[in-house]
Amino acid sequence: MGQAKQYLRPSSIDEAVRALAAANGGGRALAGGTDIIVDVREGRRQVDLLVDLKAIPELTAIDVDGAGGARIGAATPCYRIAEDTRLRRAYPGLVDAASLIGGVQIQSRASLGGNICTSSPAADSAPILIALGATCVIAGPTGERRLPVEQFFTGPRQNVLQDGEIVVAIELPPPVPRSGSAYLRFIPRNEMDIAVVGAGVWIRLDGETIAEARVGLGAVAPTPLLVVEAGRALAGKPATRETFEAAAEAARAAAKPISDMRGSDRQRIHLAGVITRRAIETAVQRARESQS
Amino acid sequence: MTKRVHVETRINGREVDFLCEPGQSLLEVLRDQLHLTGAKEGCNNGNCGACTVILDGRIVDSCLVLAPEVEGREVTTIEGLAGPEHLHPLQQQFLEHAALQCGICTPGLIMAAKGLLDQNPAPTEEEIRLWLAGNLCRCTGYDKIIRAVQAAAQQMEARV
Amino acid sequence: MVTTTRPSEKTTHKVIGTRPIRPDGVDKVTGRAIYGADVTLPGLLIGKVLRSPFAHARIRNIDTGAAERLPGVRAVITAADLPDPDKGMADVGEASATYRDLSHNVMARDKALYQGHAVAAVAAESASIAEQALALITVDYEPLPPVLDLVEAMKDDAPLLHEDLRTNELGTLSDKPSNIAAHARFLKGDPAAGFAEADVIVERTYTTTMVHQGYIEPHASTAYWNADGKITIWTTTQAPFAIRDNVAVLLNVPVSRVKVIPTEIGGGFGGKLPPYVEPLAAVLSRKSGAPVKMTMSRTEELQASGPTSGSRTHVKIGAKRDGTIVAVEASLAYEAGAFPGSSVRFGSLCMFAPYDIPNMQLDSYDVVVNKPKVAAYRAPGSPAAMFASESALDELAERLGMDPIELRLKNSAKVGTRMANNIPFQHPVGNVKVLEAIRESDHWRSPLPESTETRKIGRGLAMGFWPNAPLKSSCFATVNPDGSVTLVEGNPDIGGTRASLAMQLAETLGIPYEKVIPQVADTETVGYNDATGGSRTTFTGGIAVYELGQDIKQQLIERARILWQLNPEDAIVYEDGTIRGPKEGQQLSFDQLAAQLFKTGGPVVGRASVSPKHVGFAFGCHVVDLAVDIETGKVEILRYTAAQDVGKAVHPSYVEGQIQGGVAQGIGWALNEEYVYDEQGRLVNASFLDYRMPTSLDLPMIETILVEEPHPPHPFGVRGVGEVPIVPPLAAVANAISHALGHRFTDLPISPRRIIETLYP
Ligand SMILES: Cc1cc2nc3c(=O)[nH]c(=O)nc-3n(C[C@H](O)[C@H](O)[C@H](O)COP(=O)(O)OP(=O)(O)OC[C@H]3O[C@@H](n4cnc5c(N)ncnc54)[C@H](O)[C@@H]3O)c2cc1C
Ligand code: FES
Ligand code: FES
Repeated sequence: MGQAKQYLRPSSIDEAVRALAAANGGGRALAGGTDIIVDVREGRRQVDLLVDLKAIPELTAIDVDGAGGARIGAATPCYRIAEDTRLRRAYPGLVDAASLIGGVQIQSRASLGGNICTSSPAADSAPILIALGATCVIAGPTGERRLPVEQFFTGPRQNVLQDGEIVVAIELPPPVPRSGSAYLRFIPRNEMDIAVVGAGVWIRLDGETIAEARVGLGAVAPTPLLVVEAGRALAGKPATRETFEAAAEAARAAAKPISDMRGSDRQRIHLAGVITRRAIETAVQRARESQS
Repeated sequence: MTKRVHVETRINGREVDFLCEPGQSLLEVLRDQLHLTGAKEGCNNGNCGACTVILDGRIVDSCLVLAPEVEGREVTTIEGLAGPEHLHPLQQQFLEHAALQCGICTPGLIMAAKGLLDQNPAPTEEEIRLWLAGNLCRCTGYDKIIRAVQAAAQQMEARV
Repeated sequence: MVTTTRPSEKTTHKVIGTRPIRPDGVDKVTGRAIYGADVTLPGLLIGKVLRSPFAHARIRNIDTGAAERLPGVRAVITAADLPDPDKGMADVGEASATYRDLSHNVMARDKALYQGHAVAAVAAESASIAEQALALITVDYEPLPPVLDLVEAMKDDAPLLHEDLRTNELGTLSDKPSNIAAHARFLKGDPAAGFAEADVIVERTYTTTMVHQGYIEPHASTAYWNADGKITIWTTTQAPFAIRDNVAVLLNVPVSRVKVIPTEIGGGFGGKLPPYVEPLAAVLSRKSGAPVKMTMSRTEELQASGPTSGSRTHVKIGAKRDGTIVAVEASLAYEAGAFPGSSVRFGSLCMFAPYDIPNMQLDSYDVVVNKPKVAAYRAPGSPAAMFASESALDELAERLGMDPIELRLKNSAKVGTRMANNIPFQHPVGNVKVLEAIRESDHWRSPLPESTETRKIGRGLAMGFWPNAPLKSSCFATVNPDGSVTLVEGNPDIGGTRASLAMQLAETLGIPYEKVIPQVADTETVGYNDATGGSRTTFTGGIAVYELGQDIKQQLIERARILWQLNPEDAIVYEDGTIRGPKEGQQLSFDQLAAQLFKTGGPVVGRASVSPKHVGFAFGCHVVDLAVDIETGKVEILRYTAAQDVGKAVHPSYVEGQIQGGVAQGIGWALNEEYVYDEQGRLVNASFLDYRMPTSLDLPMIETILVEEPHPPHPFGVRGVGEVPIVPPLAAVANAISHALGHRFTDLPISPRRIIETLYP
């Protein structure tokens, strides 16, 4: 059982980055704390300094600008994302994921930044952020950089962040007409479980033909995946069960899971197909219903 | 020795200050320093909800909040619910409906249910079940808890 | 309304059968009630345990020097600081253990026998110092191959946990060491001859894994060893007297030097019968001279408290074409964990108890493995055994094309039927009535929803049996001048027993429930009481308060005699809270007489100490409708109804609550709960995130039908109700899934993973 020795609550990104950089590897960001507090307590991480990001205004702001897309502060708690009607309309798949993470108590605190920075292969926000073409905005001692979410993860619980770097925000491209998104996961209980498999899907329709599609998969590989083949299996095809099955097959083929107490490799490969197909069905339905 | 932090906050409507280690949880401080032992520890990692308190209007697991984080904020615990001569409708209905057996989950469940009724005064059974899914109860099978929350909602509606 | 009460006879009870608010309720909804971890004392130290990372290892050496030198550390102990008791049998509820094993379980001596086995403990001025100290203790382990599988453990060449353990083979001790602690048998009639008459035989092997009681409050104890040698222990326990007695033996002190003060208790289900941290806290207190509090973390709970056995049961049933069962055979093996003493014999006793079967052979094996020593868990032994027998009966009904209720009714036990242990049912039992109650229920009569291509619907039914345990209760009560009665009893209140005992005393005395003020006393205030467990508190405690009430009534009659200056032969009657003399209009209410007690010789104090013989056997029958998503393997419980013979429901709400809670645990056991060990014997799901107990979103409302077949030897007809409801859900759920999918599942849990791997091999 461990404990952090110091707690800081900076009010600017600069201050946060400086403090983390100065901690020589002993510092970590603190957003909702739903991962890091447990990790430190259970000795999975040694941390001297925790830098609370929630007093930095940009880190908890949600900006939705019709034409320019949306920008979600990395430390914004999930419940604010789930309750945001603008986000719900434009990025329903993201709202699916934000309202699935943990129970209500966890959602009061858990953030997208924390979710991707823990970099669990099963992180619920990752597949849908990948499918939506989201970008992480990263600030560090040497300035700011941007990276598509699918390039953020480098291994189980590993990512591209360097010492002193934090994720400032997640940026989402502007919504396009007749598009829809969905995130679906499988868990053994109905709540309070970690995904055995998760699938995020974004789709754009042209009539009843799928014009474009992106599929993200979670918990089937060392990192969340962008399944390019599944997107390809959908693009240019009619929105029919056969097409969805073909994409599901591509998802199964892309799944290279391990067996652990949360699920076996066989079960995960099977579920990758089922969950992907079901997520596609919902995304297509939403695209059909989308206003513009 | 780690340097202790001085924290000023409001708990159950009163100004409170305390000294804590920077990595201590709100739950530890509530229980061990402020002697507010109504919040219970069932797991110490966010899985059982026994430690649920309300922080600025939202329910949280106090085992997953660092004590220094509550500087300048407003915390409500189970001890802050009843008046000197009356119980909160949720407390009353938990009693009437026998919604507790051992009672260890009860403070957390009542705080969670309060968080729900504060924002949704007439929840359906499904909404109650979803909202309370972060609070484990091993004794009751939840049946009587759900009924108690429904009854409290009705009692509170009738009063306004 | 979900609850149908079907009283079998008219009663004139005024208090029993009502639903008053429990006396301890306000404290529990306001957060004021003091549970185990809420205890604090001046100068309190925090104790922590160092636990073995290995499932099986010899302990060569433990070096505590660095830990002792850490500032703020006040005591460090190992097994060397504990006496090594002999092999007398300890009282740990329905599981069994010798004192020696209990001691070695509390603190490993030469060998660590499971991951999480305590090897040392420290007391320090804060939790974080205690944690740091644990990290400074070095233990020299010699890892040994772990024994994790029942079948492997039973093999002749298996690595041995205990070099001196010999099988008790049908009563005689074998000469070769083994991991099989005992092989017992119940034999009735001539099974071979019975099977020869059978037209149909069903036969299968069923397995379950270790599961945990899952009480939400972890173990927590505070001990103070005073300079005069007196040990006071505040602890969350179901059995304060057994803890007192066990601690006395484990520490080699007279019982009179140990006082146990039970705190409020946040669930137990059998898991809070044995001692874990109590003796350690006491020894740390003696070494440090200060009170020491120890609480277990959730991980420690799952790794190192007392879950219930994983099991493997082979069962064979033979029947005639008309459904008459002619013979059964079963062989049950249960994991005892690291030390002998599972509930396997109870399992074999229960599995066919609802039925009248002429020929039976039931063999049971108690097997040690490198997992935590099991403790009792609600109807210990019965759920796993009846998962097998009630699944097999379901299959038999299918094979015979018979309705599952008809099959059970046709073979049902009656008064006079002997159970496997040759003990007959002496009094009426409710097995037939619960089956009939289900047959007549709205649930059973309602059609099932239609299955779809991917969502398959099934209905399943199963029975449960538990014998209950009466044991001993004692209590006393004082009549106060305002007509109230303070009742002092000795059973920690886990689910409303203050209320149920106060109600039975109020009924006996003919006074309002509110006038009885119950309290749970410590081991020096009240006489010996067995545990809150075995479904016994409302049952035996009820007999005790009834006897106590008779004592008070008799004394009040004598006080009235003094007031009215009557002779010993003058008739005075006590009826419904009123005392009447022989003259017209000569009467006093309970309150009026209570107000005059000081004029007639001081307060009236009643007492009782009982040890009833006749147990009220408990039967339940459950039916469940569920849907299986055949693409994901997820099971959704759509509707659940539980009928149970409760004898007499003292407080119907708490009776329903016991049933609903048992059902929830049983559903968890059937679907998702399991201990998952890796090859090295490390528990890989030691948290509430991965040990998946049902949440509110996983269950529907649970309908209950309270059948009241009074148990004659009890003054109010009460039967124990707490345990049997966990028994039927395992088979009921399994049977429903089997019907939904047309495939019989024989291994629990029937998790989504198991379903998917079965459907897509
Ligand atoms: C009971 C329970 C249930 C859960 N259920 C789910 C679930 O269903 N699905 C799921 O995906 N997860 C779940 N989780 C895990 C966790 O809640 C999520 O991963 C959550 O999104 C983490 O966010 P946070 O803000 O709490 O992160 P924190 O714990 O604050 O931080 C997590 C990690 O990210 C780092 N970090 C945080 N923010 C930044 C930033 N902006 N820049 C750089 N580094 C940063 C921290 O240093 C830390 O290492 C659950 C956890 C619990 C306790
Ligand atoms: S103790 Fe905080 S959630 Fe269990
Ligand atoms: S009443 Fe015991 S855990 Fe809920």
